[in-house]
Amino acid sequence: MSPTQWDLPVELCCRPMAFVTLTGLDVVYNAVHRAVWDAFCANRRADRVPISFKVLPGDHEYPKCRPKRTSYEWYIPKGILKTGWMNKHLNLVPALVVVFYELDWDEPQWKEKQSECATRVEIVRQSLQGRNTKVAVVLIQKKTPLPPGEDVIASERAAALCNACELSGKSLFVLPHTDHLVGYIIRLENAFYEHAQTYYYTEIRRVKSHKEFLNKTTHQLLFVRHQFKIAFFSELKQDTQNALKNYRTAYNLVHELRAHETNILEIKTMAGFINYKICRLCFQHNTPLDAIAQFRKHIDLCKKKIGSAELSFEHAAWMSKQFQAFGDLFDEAIKLGLTAIQTQNPGFYYQQAAYYAQERKQLAKSLCNHEASIMYPNPDPLETQTGVLDFYGQRSWRQGILSFDLSDPEKEKVGVLAIQLKERNVAHSEIIITLLSNAVAQFKKYKCPRMKSHLMVQMGEEYYYAKDYTKALKLLDYVMCDYRSEGWWTLLTSILTTALKCSYLMAQLKDYITYSLELLGRASTLKDDQKSRIEKNLINVLMNESPDPEPDCDIFAVKTAQKLWADRISLAGSNIFTIGVQDFVPFVQCKAKFHAPSFHVDVPVEFDIYLKADCPHPIRFSKLCVSFNNQEYNQFCVIEEASKANEVLENPTQGKMCLVPGKTRKLLFKFVAKTEDVGKKIEITSVDLALGNETGRCVVLNWQGGGGDAASSQEALQAARSFKRRPKLPDNEVHWDSIIIQASTMIISRVPNISVHLRHEPPALTNEMYCLVVTVQSHEKTQIRDVKLTAGLKPGQDANLTQKTHVTLHGTELCDESYPALLTDIPVGDLHPGEQLEKMLYVRCGTVGSRMFLVYVSYLINITAEEKEIVCKCHKDETVTIETVFPFDVAVKFVSTKFEHLERVYADIPFLLMTDLLSASPWALTVVSSELQLAPSMTTVDQLESQVDNVVLQTGESASECFCLRCPSLGNVEGGVATGHYIISWKRTSAMENIPVIRTVITLPHVIVENIPLHVNADLPSFGRVRESLPVKYHLQNKTDFVQDVEISVEPSDAFMFSGLKQIRLRILPGTEQEMLYNFYPLMAGYQQLPSLNINLLRFPNFTNQLLRRFIPTSIFVKVKLKNFLLFKFKVLKTNRLLFHVHFTEQYFETNSDSFAFYSMYLAVLLFISIKLLFIESNFKDLYFLR
Amino acid sequence: MAVCIAVIAKENYPLYIRSTPTENELKFHYMVHTSLDVVDEKISAMGKALVDQRELYLGLLYPTEDYKVYGYVTNSKVKFVMVVDSSNTALRDNEIRSMFRKLHNSYTDVMCNPFYNPGDRIQSSPGGPYFLCPIQSRWALLPVSDPVQVGPTPVSDPVQVSPTPCVRSSPGPLITW
Repeated sequence: MSPTQWDLPVELCCRPMAFVTLTGLDVVYNAVHRAVWDAFCANRRADRVPISFKVLPGDHEYPKCRPKRTSYEWYIPKGILKTGWMNKHLNLVPALVVVFYELDWDEPQWKEKQSECATRVEIVRQSLQGRNTKVAVVLIQKKTPLPPGEDVIASERAAALCNACELSGKSLFVLPHTDHLVGYIIRLENAFYEHAQTYYYTEIRRVKSHKEFLNKTTHQLLFVRHQFKIAFFSELKQDTQNALKNYRTAYNLVHELRAHETNILEIKTMAGFINYKICRLCFQHNTPLDAIAQFRKHIDLCKKKIGSAELSFEHAAWMSKQFQAFGDLFDEAIKLGLTAIQTQNPGFYYQQAAYYAQERKQLAKSLCNHEASIMYPNPDPLETQTGVLDFYGQRSWRQGILSFDLSDPEKEKVGVLAIQLKERNVAHSEIIITLLSNAVAQFKKYKCPRMKSHLMVQMGEEYYYAKDYTKALKLLDYVMCDYRSEGWWTLLTSILTTALKCSYLMAQLKDYITYSLELLGRASTLKDDQKSRIEKNLINVLMNESPDPEPDCDIFAVKTAQKLWADRISLAGSNIFTIGVQDFVPFVQCKAKFHAPSFHVDVPVEFDIYLKADCPHPIRFSKLCVSFNNQEYNQFCVIEEASKANEVLENPTQGKMCLVPGKTRKLLFKFVAKTEDVGKKIEITSVDLALGNETGRCVVLNWQGGGGDAASSQEALQAARSFKRRPKLPDNEVHWDSIIIQASTMIISRVPNISVHLRHEPPALTNEMYCLVVTVQSHEKTQIRDVKLTAGLKPGQDANLTQKTHVTLHGTELCDESYPALLTDIPVGDLHPGEQLEKMLYVRCGTVGSRMFLVYVSYLINITAEEKEIVCKCHKDETVTIETVFPFDVAVKFVSTKFEHLERVYADIPFLLMTDLLSASPWALTVVSSELQLAPSMTTVDQLESQVDNVVLQTGESASECFCLRCPSLGNVEGGVATGHYIISWKRTSAMENIPVIRTVITLPHVIVENIPLHVNADLPSFGRVRESLPVKYHLQNKTDFVQDVEISVEPSDAFMFSGLKQIRLRILPGTEQEMLYNFYPLMAGYQQLPSLNINLLRFPNFTNQLLRRFIPTSIFVKVKLKNFLLFKFKVLKTNRLLFHVHFTEQYFETNSDSFAFYSMYLAVLLFISIKLLFIESNFKDLYFLR
Repeated sequence: MAVCIAVIAKENYPLYIRSTPTENELKFHYMVHTSLDVVDEKISAMGKALVDQRELYLGLLYPTEDYKVYGYVTNSKVKFVMVVDSSNTALRDNEIRSMFRKLHNSYTDVMCNPFYNPGDRIQSSPGGPYFLCPIQSRWALLPVSDPVQVGPTPVSDPVQVSPTPCVRSSPGPLITW
């Protein structure tokens, strides 16, 4: 863009730098000079001194200096600041003129050269007549100079040269043209810089010196001008602090000026310049708050200084520029490291600039609406002789006139007209949009999304005014969703209205329809008359006709648009527009709801589609189709009306295809699910509602899932929160809010109509073949096919259970590890209605504990649903938890032959092994047999035949066995000697014949074997008779490898007399046996203590009588002397705790037995047995001995 | 005198918004909406502070050339925004605070109304400046400015703060079902 009247001049905006001209350099033809120049101006980095250099010819004419005024008395200034002044001091009047001259100290023609140089200096001085500009001479030398003071000729000649040129020594420099050129140049320019600063210092002094001649009445303008000049020179001097101070003073002075309509523009222009300088310096000094404060002050002071009402757009333009310039300064400062915040960033200034630009546009629109016949005035009052103004901010047709009265009102009128006509050609929208987009960029940076959206709306609207509808639509469409998602419907409606206008004017069908749909919807805040106009237009569009123009549109644009719409009609063919509604709020709402969260496969799936229109007039739709995740169902859920295009408005309130505003329309759909979908979810993926006709134009509203648009989730939330009672509605009408979308349903299998019963006798016993009888009965009306049974351990339990549970259909053989835990899909066959079948399963559980068993019966059945034959697969399952227990407990103990408990057994001496089998089963058990498998270290004393064959045990009963064993001496074995195994074969008493017997093996405990030195056993009858001889033989066996010295004594007893050795000492050889014979003679009847045998082993003092008594009887039963006597032999079959069932197996009598005494005794014994007296227990041991 | 007051829901949609120069209503709607940027930023900065020490008054949100926008946020994140004419120097921070407190009290009254469903748009009743009562309609459908729904809006400035607090009556009778 070319600079306009309102743009700040370049010389104001640049950073002022000392101006130094270089003369005598031939940069075109002389390579050395070129290099010197390049070193000065190329790659100037920030650390170089701020000088702007210019190469000029030696005879360059500098601007003439006006003669010095001696008195200000009669001087009246014509304006504040001349337009050329800043440029003059930046680019025309140098602070220093440098004369470059090639001259070596040893120059042979020194004299001539010296005078030539002096001439050049003189010429420069001539053209600077009257100015304080400094002159310096630089000698370009080929040789490297010697250190100062060493070269005598040099110093002499230098002094001479200075003299000739009338230069001070400080102004003569030598530039050796050597390798270190840049270094020399930097030193040179530092020296130049010092000279320049001195120059500007004197200039400041010079301007200040004028001050005292000024008076407040006539020279007010000069106060400002001088102050500005001082500040500007300070800036050139790089004294920014003083510059700022002076600018501030100047700013205050500007506002002290007497303002009038004629000079207000000049005052504002200067105030703007000075304000710009102040803000710029404040940012430069890193005091942004000062800058902002100054700017605010500036705006507050100037806001009301509108000036001429006819040209008020100029004020707006100026204000806009002020804000824009400040925004630019702010932004530049940020780029240099300043941090801005959300509430204070350049965006606000650009926004405000845009605001004033909009105001300018408005004002221009109202002030510059001249008729086309009014011609631009000729001659052009805005033209000046020089093409530029003399003073900033003055009117071209009355420059330099300070009077507040308009000397020539006619001229003034023409001038104003010229300005107004020019303003008409300004591309306002372009300016506004540029400013707005600047602001958008800033607000984006400072996290203001809503501000950004707002500005984008303004940009869109501005594009609309500028008739760039494509861009307008793009912007508006972009921000619409922000307002929609936050629910600011007023704002959304306003944006949509503009967007609708754009789409109308471009005849963009799809956009037009989309915006209409939303403007008719519930999010729109339009009045009903507007809505009904839009609805009418929409219907027109759907019927392939042109809509009426939108209100407030440009007339010419409407004409173009009408032509476009007409073209669209002629092009009309199949115009189908599919519009996804999830991103906006259309005027038709849709909700889909399945009747149930799940349906059985033999029942038709039913769901409702609810539709509601929010537009003012009823509307008819042409088609509704529902899509599912399984597309095969789509065909069943279509409603279509074969209506002609012109019927859209006929019979509006009738038929299900018509939506009445505010009324909820319910449409029922049903279909039969496929059997493959059993266990799957059926989901509504979309609902499509077609408005209009395919022969004209057709809009398909597409709801994803079961309905709902951009606003409905929030509405649903509000409705859920609400506890308002809804008024009662007539039947088959529902409240829209109370409908909850249910877009998916499950298809589940048909309810089985069979019964499954399980018959069994829990608990299961470990390792047995547990029988489970499954009974399946069909209650179906028709035959069921392909009945399959899956039975066994329910999956998902402990993995160990799977390994220890085995299922089989054949109970006749024991199952082993190879059998599975679950039998699957056992075909059973078909079942007629009412038929029943039974299947036996055998389960073997290896461990105790509870298990869940599953019995799953599946079958196929043909049924008819909605006149369709389908094959349904039904299944029924039963689970049962079965506890597994041990069938019995086995206890084993070792006892001596006297039935005394043994902790250890003695080598080679018989002992008894007693087993005790206690039934733990609630059901009767049959012990088929038992077996004792002895370890090799054990030997038996008699046969090991089982004593419990075919014994039936009820719960809590036990069966005992007793085996007499002997353990040969083995020496000392760690941990005892293995005894062997006890094997029990058993089954349930109730089990069938063919059920195999279960063998349970029990490992018998180890026993500790101990050696004894001497074993004594006695040979004596089982009883004695009073006064009958009782021979007793003691056998003493030496079990050691030594000769044993034995002391034996028999102690006398009252009950006995005896014969035999009463006391003896004898020796028993290793492994031999000594017999001692005694003849006892009982004196008393009953239980009598035998005379005790005391044995003393001299070698084994530990061998005590206590130990001895374990082996030999200590007492005997002495009977009364009878002629006849009897003997019993008992066999113990089983025991139950303390009571003994004693079974007579054999009895026999000795001698003749007719006497009454015998009979009475016999009967008494029988009686004893039958009443199971405890007495027998105590005698049991004795009885056993009788065997 | 405030030129515009607004009550904004937690989800940032307007519950109540009313401005005095009704002809330029849209401008104030935009102004309130854009001020939510600053409110959001202030709330998120405040989130780190202790909850009970939190100041509800957010202060000046941002200045525009002609208006000042002030903010206030309740503990339930409902925002109040007030736009004040920049030229009105009589309104200092304290006055603004007290206006917000009154507004908060009125809002609390509305919330105490058992017939009000939180989240529904609030309708000012003709009774006084700060009597807000719920409208029966669904939240999205009725424009606040619709005169049919609003009933007779007072010609006098509806958001003027009267120096003496209005007699507060139960909002019950004001509801028109």
